[in-house]
Formats: sequence, C-alpha cells, structure tokens
Amino acid sequence: MLGKSLGQSAHQPLTAPRNRWSAFHIDPILLVLLLLLIGGGLVVLYSGADRNIEVVKAQGIRMAVALVVMLVFAQLDPAVFRRWAPWLYVAGIASLLAVLLVGVGAKGAQRWLALPGLPRFQPSELMKLVVPIMTAWYLSRHFLPPRLSRVAVALVIVLAPMAMVILQPDLGTSLLVGSAGLFVVFFAGMSWRLIGAFVAMVSVAAPLMWFFVMRDYQKQRVLTLLDPQSDPLGAGWNIIQSKTAIGSGGVDGKGWLQGTQSHLEFLPESHTDFIVAVLAEEFGFIGILALMTLYLLIILRCFYISATAQDSFSRLLAGALTMTFFIYIFVNVGMVSGLLPVVGVPLPLVSYGGTSGVTLMAAFGVLMSIHTHRRMISA
Amino acid sequence: MPWGEFKDVAAERRLFQRRTMVMLGVVLVMLGILVARMYQLQIVEHDIYTTLSDKNRVQVQSVAPPRGLVYDRNNELLAENRPVFGVTVVPERVDGMEETLSRLSSILAISEDDMERFQRRLREPRRPFQPLPLRYDLNEQEIASLAVQRHELPGVEVSAELVRYYPHSELTAHALGFVGRINREELQRIDPVNYAGTNYIGKSGIERFYEALLHGQVGYQHVETNARGRTLRVLERQNPVPGEDIVLHLDLRLQRLAHQLLDGRRGAIVAVEPKTGGLLALASVPGFDANQFVTGISVDNYRELSQDVDKPLFNRALRGQYPPGSTLKPMLAVAALDSGVTTRDRTIWDPGFFQLQSGGRRYRDWKRSGHGWVDLTDAVAESCDIYFYEIAVEMGVDTMYDYLAQFGFGEDATLDVSGALSGLLPSRDWKRAVRNEPWYPGDSVNMGIGQGFMLATPLQLATATSLLANRGRWVEPRLLRSIKGDRSAEEFLPPPDHDPLILKNPDDWEFVVDAMAEVMHGTRGTARRAASGAPYRMAGKTGTAQVFSLAEDEEYDEEEIRERLRDHALFVGFAPVDDPQIAVSVIVENGGSGSGTAAPVARAMFDAWLLGFPDAGEPLVSGAANGGAN
Repeated sequence: MLGKSLGQSAHQPLTAPRNRWSAFHIDPILLVLLLLLIGGGLVVLYSGADRNIEVVKAQGIRMAVALVVMLVFAQLDPAVFRRWAPWLYVAGIASLLAVLLVGVGAKGAQRWLALPGLPRFQPSELMKLVVPIMTAWYLSRHFLPPRLSRVAVALVIVLAPMAMVILQPDLGTSLLVGSAGLFVVFFAGMSWRLIGAFVAMVSVAAPLMWFFVMRDYQKQRVLTLLDPQSDPLGAGWNIIQSKTAIGSGGVDGKGWLQGTQSHLEFLPESHTDFIVAVLAEEFGFIGILALMTLYLLIILRCFYISATAQDSFSRLLAGALTMTFFIYIFVNVGMVSGLLPVVGVPLPLVSYGGTSGVTLMAAFGVLMSIHTHRRMISA
Repeated sequence: MPWGEFKDVAAERRLFQRRTMVMLGVVLVMLGILVARMYQLQIVEHDIYTTLSDKNRVQVQSVAPPRGLVYDRNNELLAENRPVFGVTVVPERVDGMEETLSRLSSILAISEDDMERFQRRLREPRRPFQPLPLRYDLNEQEIASLAVQRHELPGVEVSAELVRYYPHSELTAHALGFVGRINREELQRIDPVNYAGTNYIGKSGIERFYEALLHGQVGYQHVETNARGRTLRVLERQNPVPGEDIVLHLDLRLQRLAHQLLDGRRGAIVAVEPKTGGLLALASVPGFDANQFVTGISVDNYRELSQDVDKPLFNRALRGQYPPGSTLKPMLAVAALDSGVTTRDRTIWDPGFFQLQSGGRRYRDWKRSGHGWVDLTDAVAESCDIYFYEIAVEMGVDTMYDYLAQFGFGEDATLDVSGALSGLLPSRDWKRAVRNEPWYPGDSVNMGIGQGFMLATPLQLATATSLLANRGRWVEPRLLRSIKGDRSAEEFLPPPDHDPLILKNPDDWEFVVDAMAEVMHGTRGTARRAASGAPYRMAGKTGTAQVFSLAEDEEYDEEEIRERLRDHALFVGFAPVDDPQIAVSVIVENGGSGSGTAAPVARAMFDAWLLGFPDAGEPLVSGAANGGAN
C-alpha cells in the first residue's frame, strides 16, 4: 500500500524524534501532497479569477496562514484535544447560539459572530473540528463498539450543532459538521443494523425536511438539479454553464487561461465554488484525473495515519477528519458536475476565500499531531 | 493498564481498521463516480458542450447603419445624428432593486411611463446580465451626477445610441418631417432583417418618403461576448451601408426668412424654383420642435402642442386647404382666353355688382362703386370680381374644371412631398355625389373668384403659379435635389406624369403674365405698393379668403374673436417676369387683405432670393404699409 511504503520513515514507534521532520511534528509526505495541491490550486485560481494576481496573492497569504495554523496544531499533543473536548464543545454550542441570536451576515443568512475585542469569526467553521473531537472523546471513554445508549448520546452531540447550523441557514457547512461527527460514530463501530435503521430514518426525515426545514432557495436548487433546463436563465444557469465549461474541456482542455466559459464570465463563481469547472475546461479530463489522484493520495495517507494511530480517540478523530475532507471533494465536484444540488461547499484547498481553508489545514495539523506524538506502549 | 483492557484495545484497532477498509472502498467508489461523471461530460458529451460553449461566447449582432444626413441646397445641415445617452440597469448586478431605483429617481427625473415599462421588462423572461433601459435622453447634468454617484450604484450604466437631431428644429419641422421610435404597426411593415439594429423610422415628410434611401443597409458582426452581453472582441464584421446623404432644394436662409416674415402670425409660405420644381421654402407657422418627437414626447408636452389654438402641429403649407380667392383669377384668365369665352380686348361694365338675371341676387364687387369698363388686364390688375363672375358663368363649371385640373388643383401633384393634400376642385359630378344637388350657375359665379366650394393648399397655389411662370411647362414640385454619392436623384424621384398645358395661342401666357405684372407695377395694380422701388419686374396676384367656419363652442375672448374672424390674406407671384427664378404663394390666416399683408411678405421673399438676404437688424418688409385694394 502506498501509504505504508511512503510512510516508512515515520512508522516506527518513537520515544524521541527519529529525524528533523518529526522534531517539528510534521509528516513530510502529507506536507508535500498538500503543497502540491495548494500550488496547483493557485495556478488554476489565477485563471479562475480572470488573471487577477491580487486574488492569487490574497489566497497565497491565506494559505500561508493556514499552513502556520496547521503547524501550530501539529505541535499540540492529541491528549490536549481530548482533555479540552467537552469545554470546546460547550463553547462551540454557546457561540452557535450567539450566532442565531446576535449574529451578522448577508443574503438572509447569519453565519458570523462579531464579538467585541475578538476578530470576526464563523463558529460553524470551528464546529467542523470540535464536533468530531467531542464525539471521539465521548465514545473513546468507553469500550468500543459503543452500546446503543451511547450511540444515541453521540448522535445528539452531533445533530444538535448540525441543526443549529441549518437554522443559520447554512446547508453546506451543516452537512460537513454533521458528517464529521457521524463518521466518528461509524468508525467507533456503530452496528450495521443501527446504520440501516439510521439510513431508513433519514429517508423518512428527508421529505419532512423538504416541507418544514428547507428554505425556498434550497428547494429551488434541488428542483433545478433534477431539471436544469426548466429554469435556464435563473437557478439552472449555474449548472448549465458549469457543465458546459467541463464538457467543452474535452480530453486535454482548452489550455491554461484559454477557458472561454470562465474568462467570458459565463461561469459564475469561477474562482470560488465552481473552480473545478475552470480546471476541467482548461486542463480537460487529464487535469481532472491529476486532481483526483492527488486527492486520493492525500486520503490514503490520512487513512494510513488513522489506522496506525495508537489510541481509539486519535483513530476515530483522524478517520472522521479524513472522511470530512473527502466529503468536501465529493459534494463540491458532484455539484459542479451536476450530480448534486448546489450547496455552498468549496473545493478543499483550491477554491478562493472562506475560512474553510484554515479549518482544513488545522485538521491536517491534528492528523500530523496524531502521527508524530507517538509514545512507547507501556507493556 | 489491566490485561483485559489491553485485549480490548487490540480489538478496537481491528474494528477500526475494518471500518477504514469499508470507508476506503466507499471513497474509491465515490471518486470513481465523480471520474465517470467527468468522463461522461468531457469525453462522451464533449461535442454537445463544445457547441454550447461556442454558442455562448459567439453572438451575431446587428450593426445599425447611420441614418443618411439631410442638407439644404447650400450644404447646410438640416438633419444629423447625435449620440443620446440613456441609463440602463443590469438587475443581476444591482444591490437592492427598489433602493437603486429610488436613488436613481432622486438623481434623474424618471417618468411613471418609463418606470412602468422598466418594471414590466424586469418581470418578463430575459437573459441574465442583459442591461434593461430605464430612461433615454439624459442631459449633461444628469450624466454628470450619475457619473459622480455611479460607484454607489452597481449595475447602473450609461449607454449611448445615435439619434436623429434637427439643428433648426422649428424651422424645418414641417418641411422635413421627423423620425420616431418604431411602433407596433410599423414593425409589421418593415423588413425585420434590415431593421434588426434600428430603433427609429421616418414618421413624416422627407424622413418618411425617403426612408429606404436614408436608412441604409444593416451590418453584422460576430462578437465574443461575456455573460453580461458586453462585447469583448469582434471576430468578423460586415460593415453596415450608411444611409445616403441627401441634398434638398430647400434653402435654409429662405426658410428662416419665411418663418421670420410670418413670426407671430399663423400662415404658410411656399417658394418654388419654376425651372426645376424644387421647393425652396416650405414654411408653416407656427412650427414646433421636432426633436421632442424623436425620443418620444411626454403626454403633457404633446397635449400642450395639440391643444394650442394656433395649431403648431398642423402643416398649413401642405395640408391647409383654403379658398384660393382672387389668386385663382390668373388661371381662370388663361382658361377664359384659351376656351374662347373672352378676348384680350373684350370689356365689361362693372357697376359694382353682378346679377345672373335682372332682379336676381346681386353678387358684389369688392369695390362697391364698381370699376366701370374693364378689360381682362384691368380685371386681373385691379382684381375686378364682376368680370370674373361674367366669364365664369360663360365658361361654366366643366370648362373651369378642365383647365384648373391642368394647373394641378384637386390633386397632389408633388413627387416626393409626403402628406400633401389635394384640396377640392369642385365639378358637376362632385356636387351630385357629395351634396346630391345639381350645379347651379351661382356656384360658377362663386368659383369665378375662387370662393364657394373650391379649396387649395398653399403648395397647390405655388405649383399653379410656377406653371404660369413656366408658361405652361409642367415641373412637378419636389424636395430632393441630389444625392451625395454616386446615385442620381432621378433614380428615387417618382416619374413626372403631367403633360404641359399647351394653349391654342401661346402668346396668351405672356398676356396673362403681363396682366399679373400690372398687379405689381400698374398704376392701379392692387399690389403696387408692395412692388414699389423694385429693380426687377415681378408678376403676382393678391387674394382674400373669407373665414367662414368657427365652431360655436370654441371659447375665445372678444378681441380674439374679432381677430380670428378676419379674412385670410393671400398672394401668389413670381419674379423676375422674363426669367422666373422663384414663385411663391403666401397665406396669412386672418391677415386681412392680400395686398396689405401677404404681398409685402412675397416681395421680401423675392428681394432676398434675387437681390440677397437681408442682414440681421434690417427690416424684413420694406415700404408697404397696410391698406390698399384687395
């Protein structure tokens, strides 16, 4: 397996760092893969932002900050996260409540919290980390697989903040927060029968969501997904234009900076949520395969880190964070290619802007921390 | 750590690894789905999306041809094209439509009509990022204040298009006509391809008659556009063929003079160049600002114009149908001589009245005491009504009809004057058909002095006068003089269709022209004061037309009633007698006498044309005071 062979150097249990990388708690393989992704992303972004170098600079700075955040998180022992889990969770829930009560935002959604003395921040973004930490903490305190009652409590831990994010409303982030927590429950060994029951429950809940929870614009997105031509000038415009961009790219694309769909502004959000369409248009199917390969390598490396983690808390957390990263990819590419409704999920580490890049890199920091803070197993 | 717990840890790890393998499988399958989807879009359906993409970016746009310019005979620009600025809104780029619209209303005056039209188009299905017009014809101040506030108004843009402009608007409105926005009926009529980029069409006058010539041929360009419809690059272009620039016979100086001469009155002046039939002046006073109609006149302004008692929108020169009065006498003199009803030497006793039979109704002469013995020359020069009563009855309606028809009465004899009316040349059949009455001798008596049923437009009077100046040679009146470029005017002028009026004795022309010269230069000529001191000889005839209709419910103050019940003053004439350069007809509504009011106007026109235009400040009308004979 790729992860094994590449990760050989960091594999042995260590009491003291074996090499320079480990001294800084960095996993070089993951770092190289992430830098490749970020670097390639900036190249595509330059085109997606219509040659606006300022956008690329701003994204470069943001990614540099995210890298620093990743390094900081990598220095922290996983035990720190475990110890602080309940307090982080309580603080997270409190700030989500605050968002609902006094939050600020635009276009009918309250997502931000502007507390005096603190920089403006988006609590739902933090919850992408806090919810899996809390769930992993709760479940790893007991024997695994968890008993039914513990699963129930864990589900409450996950679904409560998820519901609060839906209310903001922010469907995309709630999806990521929820899946981060649910993957913890899954990795913890929730029984397949329960999973079956849960899936059945969701399929009952979906129509209820449709009638009681989803806003009109969200329903419209789903309807448009089913038949984009029904509203070619309204909500269907985005999907038709992005499919046109992707499809016209062909095998090897139109060439960097040569994409007509994005440069002539037919493609909306070409440097944010729809940037993969720019890549597909300019670099073709080959470009898409390269991107998917890069993502797959990162996921494999992360799975390797999870599987070799020393304790249940770390394993559950690492596995859930890996799957959350994958959900980003699947939802974003799925929506841009017209498989899924348009929910606001960026292409991880490539799309411009948002705080999601920082959160993602923090998650990779946690993964590096798990991998590099290994101790001799006391026998 | 107890042994049992340790075993548990190993089990937990195995459990986790099993689950991880499951998830890895899920990840691979889902990534496979994404890649398969991309394969479907990029490889299988590639052609479909390539077509869509090209259709997206390449658009065929029509390029409206610039409308041909209109010049007067001295290359003075009469109609040009001027960029007009309008404001458009791209709804997709606006932050809050209501707020933006209310901000805009505080910067610009936006009428309810404009706002309603905009709201309607906003609701209709449309392409995203397509600008919607909100208001046209911004003035400079509005453009400036928009420019200042534009950064606060995203999605609001100022756009320009070429729009007709008449620099001498009031002077030329009636002569040129005007263009306006294409309306629903016109849309049915026009060639949709050639008008694809055109918003304006000739509504009246020259603009309407020469629409095909002035419009030109539409051009095309294949352009690469962005989603906002903004052109980024022209890929291929077929240039439009601009409309032809045309030169009219009109002389702006003469046209201006005509307006000045009639300033403050209501009336019309038509001036023709007899040799060519070219209309030198076609003035109807008061005029109006045709530019108002181009981009669409407001309801209030239109109501004001259309309800004005002076009827500025009414083209008196082409459509004003007046009894010609005594100005008809030279034509009737020709008819009487040629038909043999009278001779040059025949004299008639004028006691001041005329009776069809003794004891019957007395038809009066304008001069109550009568003129005594008069021959035909005297009858024209002094405008003796009795002589013409007599010969009119002797000729009868049929003879008069035949001759007057050959002078162009009762028809629109023009080649390219859009909207000219035919007047009314009565006949036996006409009276039977319309009035269901026979033609009475009394009707002939009235017709003998241009009253009764007979109606003629100032343009028809000028045409008939021009025929006298040409001694029977027909040259139909026309406006188009030449086309700039390599096409000839004849190509576009309808073919002339009048035979010359050939008299049995061609000398009779000279005789009647001499009689008209007596009007101006004779010791007892009715317009001798208007002609005094002229260094050239002119021929003319004065006339007075009774005002007979005034609707009872029209409200005027007493002063005005008196003014508006006065007779219309008329004059026709040409000069110089031997080599006519200009023929004119003048009508001054409620002007009183033709000799006192209309003749001096004609003299000023003659002087200007033959001797040179007066400088600013010089009196326009020299010599003649009010008064004198009919």
